[in-house]
Amino acid sequence: MNTMDTAIATHPFTRGINPRYLHLLTKGATYERFGADQPIFQETFDADRFYLIHSGHVALHTFIPGRGVTTIETLGGGDALGWSWMFAPYRWHFSATAADPTEAVALCARTLRDEMEENRDFGYWMAMRVSGVLLERLQMIRVRMLEMYDPPE
Amino acid sequence: MTRRNELAPAASVDPMLPTPFRIARRTAETADTFTLELVPAGIACLFGFTPGQFNMLYVFGVGEAAISLCGDPAKPESLFHTVRAVGTVTKAMSELEPGATLGVRGPFGNGWPLAEAEGKDVLLVAGGIGLAPLRGALRWLLAHRQKYGVIALLYGARTPDDIIYRRDLEPLQRSCELILGITVDHPNPDWRGKVGVVTKLIAPVPFESSNTIAMICGPEVMMRFSARELQLRGIPDERIYLSIERNMRCAVGFCGHCQFGPDFICRDGPVFRYDRVRSWLNIPEL
Repeated sequence: MNTMDTAIATHPFTRGINPRYLHLLTKGATYERFGADQPIFQETFDADRFYLIHSGHVALHTFIPGRGVTTIETLGGGDALGWSWMFAPYRWHFSATAADPTEAVALCARTLRDEMEENRDFGYWMAMRVSGVLLERLQMIRVRMLEMYDPPE
Repeated sequence: MTRRNELAPAASVDPMLPTPFRIARRTAETADTFTLELVPAGIACLFGFTPGQFNMLYVFGVGEAAISLCGDPAKPESLFHTVRAVGTVTKAMSELEPGATLGVRGPFGNGWPLAEAEGKDVLLVAGGIGLAPLRGALRWLLAHRQKYGVIALLYGARTPDDIIYRRDLEPLQRSCELILGITVDHPNPDWRGKVGVVTKLIAPVPFESSNTIAMICGPEVMMRFSARELQLRGIPDERIYLSIERNMRCAVGFCGHCQFGPDFICRDGPVFRYDRVRSWLNIPEL
């Protein structure tokens, strides 16, 4: 296996994957390196990639008038980045920038969508995996909403 | 609890009698949090303690508050307490200047399982001012570095301005002796670090779950979520320890103010194994 195949096969997102699906993920995928502060994708642009972060850190952010660029969350090695590619209209909801030198596999979103449609078993597996990522992020946002560090009155 | 005072002798005086200590130094940590260095106001004495224990600090004429010891257990000449000014007593404490006198009772309670952790990977998970009770444990671990495996300090704060002990943490970021992860919930524009909940820092740490001990201190909700994440990562409940906080008054198990299920926090804690307290943590009445 080359670097990219290994990165996909060993990423937590693909843990326990049916080996038959691995080649579906690698179709059209590229292994990408981003320097610190290098943009990865931009809000409202086409969500044409699904990233499996191998190393480094990525800041998800948006621009708030009067406050400037605001980081919503940081992701690191072992995280999956982006789910807008899976849902129409396939445009990024937020922007992402490498906070440190970052390496990631960029899976081809169009290929994934086509394969999910074509191969429903793979589509189900993929949908469940992305749902798991969504659930984890949702729970973390809920925990943050608790403002748990505020002292009791 | 077998950990009680295993690293230090217990106080031998009447536990209800405060000993006068003078504030030698006051260090601002954040807008509402400060650290006091206390030295004996009368006869010099050594004040041994186990990291994780607490003292009752008495502001004369106002009242007492239970505050964790956060200094170096190897340097018992001074006491260090980090305090957040949120109540009547701690707000009065925040107004005291160096030279003022406080009453001190203690040390009370058990401490972190530092002897039990020998030979294991150690995760310290702290939230907000919950870093204070773990500070002494961290110093102990680093002073006896060869006895432990991977050591990780994972710290979450609300904002960058709420991070305490910056003077300690900055050199640790370059240290190869431990893994330091810091994250905030709400970054400011200058923040270049991680953003998200502290539990997110656990997964990247290369610990061996079958040989890891975790010590958690912070707001109770943060400890619940952290314990669940540690469970998911394979650490059994009996190797997860939490420092529980309740309204402590007498500090010696007489008054019952800090009762938590069948235990008194002051007498049986404040450090508890998760398997002992997990069922109580979800009962709002407690």
